[in-house]
Amino acid sequence: MLIRRAPRFTSNEITDRKVYLSRREWMIGAAALTLLPGECGAATPQGEPLGATRNDGLSLKEPPTKFEAATTYNNFYEFGVNKDDPARLAHTLKPRPWTVQVDGLVHKPKTFDVDELSRLFPLEERVYALRCVEGWSMVIPWIGFPLASLLKRVEPTGQAKYVEFTTLLDPKQFPGQRASLFGFALDWPYTEGLRLDEALHPLTLLTVGMYGQVLSNQNGAPIRVVVPWKYGFKSAKSIVRIRLTSNEPPTAWNKAAPREYGFYSNVNPAVDHPRWSQATERRIGEFRRRSTLPFNGYGDQVRHLYAGMDLKKYY
Amino acid sequence: MSRRARIALKAMIWGGCLVPLATLVYWFVRDDLTANPISFVTTTLGDWTLRILLASLAMTPLRLVLGVAWPITLRRLLGLFAFFYVCVHFSVWIVLDFFFDWPRMWADILKRPYITMGMLGLLSLVPLAATSTAGMIKRLGARRWRRLHRLAYVAGVAGCVHFLWLAKVGRTDQYWYVATLVLLLGIRLGDAALRAVRRRRARRAAAVATAGIRVP
Repeated sequence: MLIRRAPRFTSNEITDRKVYLSRREWMIGAAALTLLPGECGAATPQGEPLGATRNDGLSLKEPPTKFEAATTYNNFYEFGVNKDDPARLAHTLKPRPWTVQVDGLVHKPKTFDVDELSRLFPLEERVYALRCVEGWSMVIPWIGFPLASLLKRVEPTGQAKYVEFTTLLDPKQFPGQRASLFGFALDWPYTEGLRLDEALHPLTLLTVGMYGQVLSNQNGAPIRVVVPWKYGFKSAKSIVRIRLTSNEPPTAWNKAAPREYGFYSNVNPAVDHPRWSQATERRIGEFRRRSTLPFNGYGDQVRHLYAGMDLKKYY
Repeated sequence: MSRRARIALKAMIWGGCLVPLATLVYWFVRDDLTANPISFVTTTLGDWTLRILLASLAMTPLRLVLGVAWPITLRRLLGLFAFFYVCVHFSVWIVLDFFFDWPRMWADILKRPYITMGMLGLLSLVPLAATSTAGMIKRLGARRWRRLHRLAYVAGVAGCVHFLWLAKVGRTDQYWYVATLVLLLGIRLGDAALRAVRRRRARRAAAVATAGIRVP
């Protein structure tokens, strides 16, 4: 078989030395800025360009949602309940230095530095549809690597059946976690979970960037999971711990409103939220509603995971 | 309050009530209605409907508490503005959100309790807006008109429940509206109870006076 390989890049694509040196100067300046009084945290690389190979096979052909929309219209209750709270308060989160503890029912538990993870596993860009349980959706070019790669590295034991994700708990960095007058409905820290086979599915992506850049704080920096066939809240953000368990882990929204947010929460137009319909969605940037697809359009890839299950019961 | 002060006050209410709509138009022109404009416009109009409706419901309690008459003169204006905002809110839902998808909207009205409640609130404001003129008060008679206009409280309750039922877990703003409504209703009920007690006392006093009997 003839395998033709294009050269990885041509000489005129190599950045001129002068240019990258000037970029270094700029970086040093930017780093110095962050060392100004009152701002003594480590430099935050969010917004820095991040290289990745596009995985066309697993990418939607639709044009991505505007970057501005994807970074200003967010549900991230750690910052606040309003859509603009995450973008407005994002600066309170310090995404470096950051470690992710991977433990539980594994043979090789380990705590990884977040930058080590992006070096260990080749980064891919995948354009996924994101469907929020509230009835809107976006198309986002994520950058990350399959969660399966990480899980295989820590070697789950035979008892491992579920994966639990824990988001950072720190009211200093997450104003939404501070006690409020009425108390708060979510039981911090935010935890989410997947069945092990869902977690090992090739679509499940541990994500460190989007739109060719390092992930911005309001989108779950420095590392989050993306599970495109489930409602958005299943994709835990700013993860500090990934734990393998034998029992179904309790999840934040399920604890807050068990009838409304099930453990599975697969996108399903036939199973309504108890208070509103899930039959349609508004794609951000579009005028007319569009029909919601079963498993958010990923049915062919994931339907087999739920063979024989009553999806009305396991919503 | 002088005539001039009353006119100035009304002009201020007019201006103030148009500010939210003008702001939405301004944001629309500047393309600044968030990434999900239709949802943002719908909720903003809903918020202002409820705020203005509660303001109109606050006028009688305000009169009772302050002991002045002028709040009553603003009640109709505020009530009509609440009706105006709820109509725009509803139209946005029909036109922009569902784009005349009648079967789906009808299904939602029947199936989604918060939408049913919203419709109830809207419908209970219709007869109030229709009978808001001085001529209608005369035609109905003050007593019947007053009784009919207690529907405003039905609208207030329906509006608050509509918000309570649609709000996602974790939100807290809906409770402020409910608390305000409870306070306003409380003042009115308290006043009604007080008046009932006074009336009974007056009746007893009258009975004592006419019969000359000592009441133990």
